[in-house]
Amino acid sequence: MLLNDAERAIRDGSRGEAARLSLEQQIVVGDFFGAERFVEVSNVHMMGDYEVMGDAGCDYLKSLLAHGARVCVPTTRNAQCIEYNHAERLRQSPALIEGEKRVRQLLAQLGILLVDTCIGYHSIYTPRLHEHIAWGDTGTVAYANSVLGACTNYESGPAAIAAAITGRTPAYGFHLDECRRANARCIIEAELRDIADWGAVGAVVGERVRGYWNVPLLEIRHGNPSPNDLKHLGASLASYGSLAMYHIMGITPEAPSFEAANGGRELIAEFTVTQADIDAVFARGTPDDGKVNLVVFTAPQLSLVELDRIARVAAGRKIHPGTTLLITTNAMNKVAAEQTGTFAALEAMGATVIEGTCWYLMDPLEMQRQFGWKRVVTNSAKLVNIIKAHGYEPVLRPTDDCVETAITGRLP
Amino acid sequence: MRGQQFTCQQGLGEIVEAPALISMYTFSPRYDLDRVTGTFTRVGHPLFGEKIAGKILVCPGVQGGIAGGWAFLMMQGRGIGFAGLIFGKVNPVMVQGAAAAGIPIAAGVDDAIFTALENHQLIRLDPKARQVTQI
Repeated sequence: MLLNDAERAIRDGSRGEAARLSLEQQIVVGDFFGAERFVEVSNVHMMGDYEVMGDAGCDYLKSLLAHGARVCVPTTRNAQCIEYNHAERLRQSPALIEGEKRVRQLLAQLGILLVDTCIGYHSIYTPRLHEHIAWGDTGTVAYANSVLGACTNYESGPAAIAAAITGRTPAYGFHLDECRRANARCIIEAELRDIADWGAVGAVVGERVRGYWNVPLLEIRHGNPSPNDLKHLGASLASYGSLAMYHIMGITPEAPSFEAANGGRELIAEFTVTQADIDAVFARGTPDDGKVNLVVFTAPQLSLVELDRIARVAAGRKIHPGTTLLITTNAMNKVAAEQTGTFAALEAMGATVIEGTCWYLMDPLEMQRQFGWKRVVTNSAKLVNIIKAHGYEPVLRPTDDCVETAITGRLP
Repeated sequence: MRGQQFTCQQGLGEIVEAPALISMYTFSPRYDLDRVTGTFTRVGHPLFGEKIAGKILVCPGVQGGIAGGWAFLMMQGRGIGFAGLIFGKVNPVMVQGAAAAGIPIAAGVDDAIFTALENHQLIRLDPKARQVTQI
């Protein structure tokens, strides 16, 4: 990689050992992907919690701190793995709680803002078109690249921290115009009415166009996506296909037309997503007996609008005594929900509203052991894909059906 | 066939020899593994129940998420991690995670490897030479 004066100075140690080591690690990765240079970043969003980092991750942070590490651009943290208000009730292990406290202290010492959200693009920092950033959490990356037109690769925890310390990242992938062009054309004939429908589209397209370097262009025939729909679409595309960017013709900023989005890049696939394709996603894992004891709204965290929708559909009814309803959001939306009365309505319904985390980060395997949960109903296609690793039987349903399931204890 | 070689397009890390774990499924540490025991636990996965410690994973691609960056480091810290990683197509997370954890990694491997190798066969990964050898 070609280094400018500032980068050569970092490599020579003028900004300390932590910055030097971070830059060296970035060069190794940049070389792997053929990056020719670095690009400066204005914002970093990093993923890191004790559930995924463990003691080795803590030791890694301690080592950086011992070498004088400190972030040099605004840096935020993704969702954490503990909800301190509900940790006891959800039987989160003392080891996980203590570990997460240590992670928080270490990240704070690095100068990272502990906002604990995976939807910071709605609540914290909204990068502009063509702004170079270094974000972790795949859903945030898909939203930033696709909906906002900002430029970022997937930056894993250690890589995002390196970018925060050096203020730059190797210029490959979605920092380059040629990699942002669509190379798959997907006509979406299905009717898209609910967040879960958009997640199902993400599952179908992600599985057919799988691969980080691919960029699908979606042409929507029946549907008008809200930011929440796009949030779920991106999270699902990332989950099922490892995709970091998509275009929607006439909607996202780099796709006013097919020609503009494609830019002459060779198409690897061209197909139509039908109603039958979407129905097939919903049919996966549908149980015979219909009984459900767990409904979860999460992945990504919910906006105020999504929280309000659940409360309105419930319309004063309470959840079934044998069913648990978990909802995750961030601190900012929880405060807003408290101000609007939405939070009180959800609590009266019997929902457990969890703040600052995402359910799949909370050691759901241990919760399964503790509560005997097996079947989980959700409107998040991303959660459906993730949670199988923990032995759950996930079922995808539209939002209103999830609420009805929580109230009746059975799939409608 | 012993001595059979397969080329890769990208590589990072030192030479490693270890038994191969072959999967035709795209890989994600969070989706596929119990990261505390280092075992494949995804329901229905062909490698369900396999321990990953000291093995070289060989698979065509990846899926999901950012978690790999820390997961590799955590599992190395517990002594239950992969000895090496060989992919067809790869995303940055796997490479960033492997770099942080000190795990040799290669990508762009010949498709022939997926039919030529069997689980637990001993292989050598030489990332700098961009070569995998059956030994």
